[in-house]
Amino acid sequence: MVLTLAFRNLFHDRIRLVVTLVGILFSIVLVAVQLGLYLGARKMIIGMIDNANAELWVTAFGAKSFEEAGSLDGRQRHIALSVPGVASVEPLVASFNEWRKPDGGATLSVVVGTDMPVGGLAPWNMIEGEPADMFRPNAVIAERTYLENLGIKGVGDTAEIGAQRVKVVGLTEGIRSFTTAPYVFMPLARARAIMGMTENQTTFYLVKLQPGAEAPIVQRALQARLSGVEVLTTTEFRDRSLAHWLFSTGAGVALIGGALLGTLVGTVIVAQTLYSSTKDHLNEFATLRALGSSSGYIHRVILLQAALSAGFGYALGMTIALIIIEASKNSALPIIMTPGLAAGLLALTIFMCAISALAAIMKVTRIDPAMVFAR
Amino acid sequence: MTKPILEAKGIVKELGQGAGMVRALKGVDITLNPGELTLLMGPSGSGKTTLLSIMGCILTPTEGHLAILGQSTAGMDAEELARLRRRHIGFVFQSYNLFPTLTALENVRLGLDVQGVHGSAATERARAALTSVGLAHRLRNYPRNLSGGEQQRVAVARAIAGSPALLLADEPTAALDAENGQAVMALLSELARDESRAILAVTHDNRTLPFADRIVHIEDGRIVGEERKTPDSRRPPAEAPRSKKKKA
Ligand SMILES: Nc1ncnc2c1ncn2[C@@H]1O[C@H](COP(=O)(O)OP(=O)(O)OP(=O)(O)O)[C@@H](O)[C@H]1O
Ligand SMILES: [Mg+2]
Repeated sequence: MVLTLAFRNLFHDRIRLVVTLVGILFSIVLVAVQLGLYLGARKMIIGMIDNANAELWVTAFGAKSFEEAGSLDGRQRHIALSVPGVASVEPLVASFNEWRKPDGGATLSVVVGTDMPVGGLAPWNMIEGEPADMFRPNAVIAERTYLENLGIKGVGDTAEIGAQRVKVVGLTEGIRSFTTAPYVFMPLARARAIMGMTENQTTFYLVKLQPGAEAPIVQRALQARLSGVEVLTTTEFRDRSLAHWLFSTGAGVALIGGALLGTLVGTVIVAQTLYSSTKDHLNEFATLRALGSSSGYIHRVILLQAALSAGFGYALGMTIALIIIEASKNSALPIIMTPGLAAGLLALTIFMCAISALAAIMKVTRIDPAMVFAR
Repeated sequence: MTKPILEAKGIVKELGQGAGMVRALKGVDITLNPGELTLLMGPSGSGKTTLLSIMGCILTPTEGHLAILGQSTAGMDAEELARLRRRHIGFVFQSYNLFPTLTALENVRLGLDVQGVHGSAATERARAALTSVGLAHRLRNYPRNLSGGEQQRVAVARAIAGSPALLLADEPTAALDAENGQAVMALLSELARDESRAILAVTHDNRTLPFADRIVHIEDGRIVGEERKTPDSRRPPAEAPRSKKKKA
């Protein structure tokens, strides 16, 4: 009967039900979009770092992110290789460079130069061609979703980066760039030539550890032996890139602030509707109390009302959020939904409804069953 | 000698606070015995509802002592009083206080649910209670689709479904026309034939008098008189034929 009563109370006032559901829906969609954008941005920012098969990154001092790091010279490599625990030290070149479209016009791209060693980075998620194809003359590998930005149609098309003529021989899918400057993979030599680097210069050294070596110890040893560089663990470099792109630019703060605001607005709407529903049914709750129900019984009615709202609101909100996410797939900033985020949103919905129920329960706790005799 | 269902002694009740404080009851003694329909009569503001609320363990007396089925209510907290109400006391209100979103059957089932009777057992008892008030054909109706008299009968069914020892009704006929009022009173007097139950109804309405076994008069917070309608037929011998519908 508790469920029946909660259900009827909820559906009795359709307008209020709609307001409640819109409130929950609004919150879920807003929070899902904001956090989904955050996750999407995060994935883009740390994609290169996560896909490089390395434990430590040697960078120029003060490197801000993958795309914005100074250059290192070749001497460091030999010193690094002599540090105990180091298995391999592989160069990786990355930098913004102008991409000149075949039909004129230019756009910014990120040149990623790698010879694809075991302890290094190689293009992944290839949908056309193979990573090794880039060793053919002038060959580069580009990202499918940015073909339009790059002014090309696909494999076989040519363009220029700096003064170098390049030919697209393969395509990746889903390697998105937070800066919207497309990543273009090519061998080290071609990248160095484009950037005017000498044969030994590089942007990063990717360090792979020997089995059993501990990253923090090797990190300290490397830092002590090398001068003018920073040695970062993968996690540190990832956090630094995130801090740079999301927080120093304020983008992350806006996303998280938006999510908080969504939660707040949703909670207020749900609390308000649940409270006013409880107030409307106060006479009934007083009757229940007069009939001898425990206060726990009445709380169960209110909590179930909140739980039902949460269930319906979540289902609706997630449906709309998933539609928006699907639609954002090919935008500059794709929104991401993960099982963790979905579970988090459910927890958030339950939290919102529980907080909302609290106000109603406090109201109902103060009812005087003697009001049943008033008329 | 049967044990009383309810015994109240020296009940004083102060309502409101400060300058607005009213001494609504000024020392009331009342005993309710099983098998009796007692009417509580008095002018407006004399303290009838206040006394009923105290007898029903909804209000606690400022002074005095109350026992239900020999159990003293002194020192009970709100939850304990609620337990006492759901176990032993049924209520009928002037304005019915049915749940508008529940059908007649569901309203009665809700009352049973509060008492811990669930499932098909509750449905059967609710159906039986509604049948006994003559509403077997209205089980699925919502209160808005029932007449006032029918709604009050649903409320009576809800009050008696759990077989309480004490049934308290505050002006159960005040919102009803003469015919429906008579029907509800006849129902209450019928229910009072149960020798394990006491019924008290507050009333203003002289037309309800013929149904009473006993009439208690209250004025200005004090009991000022009491009549027993058919003393000989009532007690002692409990098996004597009843003739309470006869005018005194
Ligand atoms: N909450 C309250 N605060 C202060 N005074 C109250 C309160 N409730 C009732 N009273 C007063 O207590 C007295 C008794 O009230 P009660 O409701 O018991 O009278 P009643 O006999 O039921 O009257 P009626 O026939 O009009 O229903 C009245 O004088 C009333 O004004
Ligand atoms: Mg009254």
